[in-house]
Amino acid sequence: MLSPKPALSLTAAILTLSLAAEAQTLSIESWRVDDKDLWEDVLIPAFNQQHPDIEISFNPTSPTEYDSSLNARMQAGTAGDLVICRPFDVSLNLYRQGHLMNLSGLPGLDHYQDFAKRAWSTDDGATSFCLPMASVIHGFFYNKDIFNELNLEPPHTLDEFHDVLETVKSESRYTPIALGTNDQWEANQIVFTNIGPNFWQGEAGRLALISGDATFTDAPYVAAWEEMARWSDYMGRGYPAQTYGDSQNLFALGRAAIYPTGSWDTSYFNDQASFEFGAFKPPVPAAGDSCYISDHTDMGIGINPNSDNPEAAKAFLNWVASADFADLFTNEVTGFFSLSNHPVDVNDPVAAEMIGWRDQCDSTIRLNAQVMNRGTPNMEQELWIVSSQVLNGEITPQDAAERIQAGFAQWYEPQPD
Amino acid sequence: MQRAFPWHLIFFLAPAVLIYTVFSAYPLFDTLRLSFFTDSDSGERSFSGLSNFATLLGNAVWSGAFWNAMWNNTQFFLIHLLVQNPIGLGLAALLSLKGLSGARTYRTLIFLPTLLSVVIIGFIWQLILSPLWGVSENFLYALGLGQFFDAWLGKESSALITLSLISVWQFIGIPMMLIYASLLSIPDELLEAAKVDGASPLRIFWRIKIPLILPTLGLVTILTFVGNFNTFELVYAVKGALAGPDYSTDIMGTFFYRTFFGYQSQLGSATMGATVATMMFLVILMGVMAYFYLIQRRLTRYQL
Repeated sequence: MLSPKPALSLTAAILTLSLAAEAQTLSIESWRVDDKDLWEDVLIPAFNQQHPDIEISFNPTSPTEYDSSLNARMQAGTAGDLVICRPFDVSLNLYRQGHLMNLSGLPGLDHYQDFAKRAWSTDDGATSFCLPMASVIHGFFYNKDIFNELNLEPPHTLDEFHDVLETVKSESRYTPIALGTNDQWEANQIVFTNIGPNFWQGEAGRLALISGDATFTDAPYVAAWEEMARWSDYMGRGYPAQTYGDSQNLFALGRAAIYPTGSWDTSYFNDQASFEFGAFKPPVPAAGDSCYISDHTDMGIGINPNSDNPEAAKAFLNWVASADFADLFTNEVTGFFSLSNHPVDVNDPVAAEMIGWRDQCDSTIRLNAQVMNRGTPNMEQELWIVSSQVLNGEITPQDAAERIQAGFAQWYEPQPD
Repeated sequence: MQRAFPWHLIFFLAPAVLIYTVFSAYPLFDTLRLSFFTDSDSGERSFSGLSNFATLLGNAVWSGAFWNAMWNNTQFFLIHLLVQNPIGLGLAALLSLKGLSGARTYRTLIFLPTLLSVVIIGFIWQLILSPLWGVSENFLYALGLGQFFDAWLGKESSALITLSLISVWQFIGIPMMLIYASLLSIPDELLEAAKVDGASPLRIFWRIKIPLILPTLGLVTILTFVGNFNTFELVYAVKGALAGPDYSTDIMGTFFYRTFFGYQSQLGSATMGATVATMMFLVILMGVMAYFYLIQRRLTRYQL
């Protein structure tokens, strides 16, 4: 006869087994390797309080390999149930190949504005295939100690901006702008599309390019590169070989006054910088001009149609659309802002400052993110290259505009006559 | 009498043939096959003949990038051929001198970088040459050459040359070792006989040693050629897949990587990538064939 103890444990084991058979499991594909702890320690436990029967694992791949490896796993049928979506065409392409589920009718979608949903909708706007998660906002960080030491105020106009740069350069040993062009992407993503919207009036200028009413050689776009061409005097010695990591270090060590940036860098400098830093928004051409910020829809979440547990996946998406998640994500992943309509109190002062710009300025996304990246030559890469060449002083702003326009006109209709 | 079928031959060949077929020959032929196909937007694959090659060589956007990568790769190879191999030969000649003290230490030290990962080499040199934290600027000032310092890795005019020289620095040990080994295999009697006949050391080197190691020099050249046209890691580690500034360090490997895997918003294309890979294969094949037919056959070999 069985003694009571083994019998108990046997029953327990059988119970666990049957529970495990009932529990639904979901795995998440993502490129945010840095956020693994956060998902496992904060987000997933919070979800499990409401849905204890759904097990979730977070399986990130490094950012540069994410798109290709996800594609390969989708084709092989081994991809996870939930997919963190890149904005616009990369995800649209996955949807067209049948690798993302049509989310029409999902209740969670009602919590988002059209501007947020646009990044993960078909071109006619009728179908959504990913739920918007987070955006990043572009601007400038400044070292408050250096600004106090030199009696400087955060600039609002371009003239003030250049006065600040000139003062830092002539009256101190600090590098005015911590920025390099070795890695090239910063020149586009945190410079050109950061300062540019003030020249091309945000969405108006972006949509004019798509509709064919404007070209890159028009004055507003060239003006953005002209402004960049003026930066080379302030970028410190040897900046063509300076990497993104170098720039981060330069600012974190207190050796540079201004750091053009995206909001995702907030948490890095909260950890690394020993001084207080603040943020100011991209300067406008003249005092009183209305301002525009790059509020880029960066991250969404969709469902793999081959998932074994589509209902559990939908439950997860609806939770992502909830106020709880908006609050958790915005405050735990400092520098990524929830795109939902739920009001969120941002605790971090710098992040709060940046999200506050949404009330003062009009939001736009990165200039080329929608439609314009579809052709060959790839505009994203071309913009990296010409923008860093302009910062390096190798080509003129006019040449930069002509090269981008020529590449764009090669494959895109409509174009103005 | 009929001889029994030599089963043992098959038995002994099988492991090598199997492994080579599965991991080398099959992927190669599948890549060649893939280059004749194209993917539609919905992911269906269909046969398209030579259209990928027509795009690669005929479309201005593709061919511009292709020839740029090809020319950069050729420069990369020429720098290796003209810098790495002569220095390797010189080092090997010095090391094989009789009575050189510490020869083993030098040999190990010079060969050491070859054993390190390319990624580590790239990272170290990026730090050494960094205008912000690097030691090279102060070092040059100490030598009185400070005014020549520049952000070499960031300049369009110097980035490729700098990367080539970093690669030369790393791989100098391989030609040195190969040449050193073949110098050692020259019988002492020959050299002693030459000495007795009154030949100077230089004359011995040029008239006796060089002709005897010519096959090795040829081998080193062709290994350098194949290695250089297949390389990828160093440029990727230092400059990223976009091989900046303005593609000035783009070589066939990085061009292939962007085409096949995609980069950022550029979507990867397996078929176009296979086309680039096929072109790389053809270039290397032609180089190797030219070497075998034009040079290798004319080399005189001496029975030692």
